[in-house]
Amino acid sequence: MALLEINGLKKTFIAPDGARQMVVDVPSFQLEARQQVALAGQSGSGKTTFLNLIAGILAPDSGSIRLDGREMSALGEAERDRVRALSIGYIFQTFNLLHGFTVLENVLLGMTFGPGADRAFAESLLKRVGLEDRLHHRPRQLSTGQQQRVAVARALANRPKLVLADEPTGNLDFRNATEALRLVREACSENGAALLLVSHDREVLGQFETQLDLAQINRAAQTEVASAALRPTAEPQRGSAHLGTGGVS
Amino acid sequence: MSLWTIVLRSLRQHALSTVITAFSIALAGGLLMAVWVVKTEAQRNFSQVNAGFDAVLGPRSSKLQLVLNSIFHMEASPGLLSPKDVDDIRKHPAVQHAIPIAVGDNYYGYRIVGTLTNMLTDVEYTPGKRYRFQAGRVFDPALREAVVGSFVAQKLGLKVGGTFQPFHGLNFDPKSQHQETYVVVGVLEPSNTPTDRVIWIPVTGVQLMGGHDAALSSQVSAVLIKLRGGAQTGFRLDTMYNKQGDRLTFAWPIDTVMTQLFDKIGWFDKILALVAYLVALVAAGSILASIYNSMNERRRDIAILRALGARRGTIFGTIVLESATIATLGMVAAFVVYAAIVGTAAAIIRSQTGVELNAMAFHPVMIWATGGMIALGALAGVVPAWKAYRTPVAENLVPVS
Ligand SMILES: Nc1ncnc2c1ncn2[C@@H]1O[C@H](COP(=O)(O)OP(=O)(O)O)[C@@H](O)[C@H]1O
Ligand SMILES: [Mg+2]
Repeated sequence: MALLEINGLKKTFIAPDGARQMVVDVPSFQLEARQQVALAGQSGSGKTTFLNLIAGILAPDSGSIRLDGREMSALGEAERDRVRALSIGYIFQTFNLLHGFTVLENVLLGMTFGPGADRAFAESLLKRVGLEDRLHHRPRQLSTGQQQRVAVARALANRPKLVLADEPTGNLDFRNATEALRLVREACSENGAALLLVSHDREVLGQFETQLDLAQINRAAQTEVASAALRPTAEPQRGSAHLGTGGVS
Repeated sequence: MSLWTIVLRSLRQHALSTVITAFSIALAGGLLMAVWVVKTEAQRNFSQVNAGFDAVLGPRSSKLQLVLNSIFHMEASPGLLSPKDVDDIRKHPAVQHAIPIAVGDNYYGYRIVGTLTNMLTDVEYTPGKRYRFQAGRVFDPALREAVVGSFVAQKLGLKVGGTFQPFHGLNFDPKSQHQETYVVVGVLEPSNTPTDRVIWIPVTGVQLMGGHDAALSSQVSAVLIKLRGGAQTGFRLDTMYNKQGDRLTFAWPIDTVMTQLFDKIGWFDKILALVAYLVALVAAGSILASIYNSMNERRRDIAILRALGARRGTIFGTIVLESATIATLGMVAAFVVYAAIVGTAAAIIRSQTGVELNAMAFHPVMIWATGGMIALGALAGVVPAWKAYRTPVAENLVPVS
């Protein structure tokens, strides 16, 4: 059984002009425990929406998301919050650190809603990401790269089974990005977490053994690409050839 | 790391509005408790003050004026009593003590009251307590001697052996000083009664003071009466003087007369209490407004907490806890406000009446006002908490640019 199993997942938004816009349409997607997968997709292709659906932050219009064998849509909101706290670590593109709290407290906060604060583990995680001498700094007192590392430590704080990373290197220069990506991947494998990373930056994704084009699994992204690229006729067909295989398995 | 930490951080992040709203709670809570305590303490203390007497007999007037004048040494004297009336009541079988007093002079605004020595030596001003001298002795009824209440002695610096010349009238007027000189022979210990604010001299002294009408020289202002027997005797005298007679007024029982006074001025503390309640509402409203107004900047933090797995209910709880905490901080400070108001009020009441209120006594209002204000604070938090509860997560996770 896969750690994450997605079937027939659909999400639409009402665009400002009132039209209903399909943003995520994933017929099938799977991720094994401890597996690390990178999804590439251009801006607006639904990467963030896809991760938010998996994290239970957004509710899908239809479809099924099974995490560790549990059907998320069958859970009440409070239970989904609980699953998110316990089983999912989320690294945001903008890090989303709490500026009123110290580095250490940011990590401890994540634990508060999960299994409870474990200061020693929080400190060891921060040490692992090289911030042992920044425990009591405020996020604003850190460089962008350092803030990103706090976000990595926080995502791993509850020993999640799945880490979602949304353009974790988007705000970093190439050298820092490569370094950060290595750190995220190592930290995930050390802690036994699977990693699902999305980015528009194909260069960064080069490190991953399993790379997928989001358009391969998200029909909504693909149609957007398709309609944008209608003139070079044969192009979009390639993505749909992979669709049937259901992404990674 | 607990919800507490989240709340405390938020309070610190909004330190200025925390302090200001807590201060408004402090004012409201302090005012509320102070109004309540001053009212009840004053009522309790004033209706207990009777200087050890059951009744006052005086010329026809209001009972209240009679009591205020002869027991509290305030207000104008309603008139004079003839020696025969004094004699009649003194000889009445139901009367244990009947002590005449004569007023009409002051010394720098403090009343000079003429009386008999047994007022200071025999009367128990509360059961089991007689006036005691911190220095000296009682005056000689035949001499120009005076015994000074503790408050007057302290305020005017009068000591045993000192002398003074009374001023005519109940209100101080520097142009109307008498020629007679009195010697202070005794200073009383504080009794926390109106007596502390009085200078006592022999009753004949007031009657014979130069410039006082010689024809009235045997008259007194009132007679303070301690009855023998229970309510029956008081009731009989009440009927005799007030219903059958029409020249004199028999004010009995004294505490009932004082209770009537508080009934009369009841509207005043009702208005004060109303003001306090309004201030409390405004203070609660200011908590609501200040948290509500900061919701925009809090939205991102709330979304992050939700993304970390915090439930809606938890977010709701932190906001309510935050506003309840502001109210709690405010109520802690309210006791400072309370102490300041009650302390000042007690000092004023003491200097005006001699009656001592126990400003720092515990009073149940402290419990219910504190509980009430904290509950009101929590209630005020419900509105912004509801807004926080409904904060959408995904769209607030994107950076605010
Ligand atoms: N709350 C929303 N309401 C309406 N449209 C939205 C909302 N969130 C995202 N979208 C739209 O969905 C599409 C995908 O957005 P997103 O998932 O953020 O893309 P990506 O992360 O790949 O850049 C975009 O066209 C965006 O405008
Ligand atoms: Mg995105």
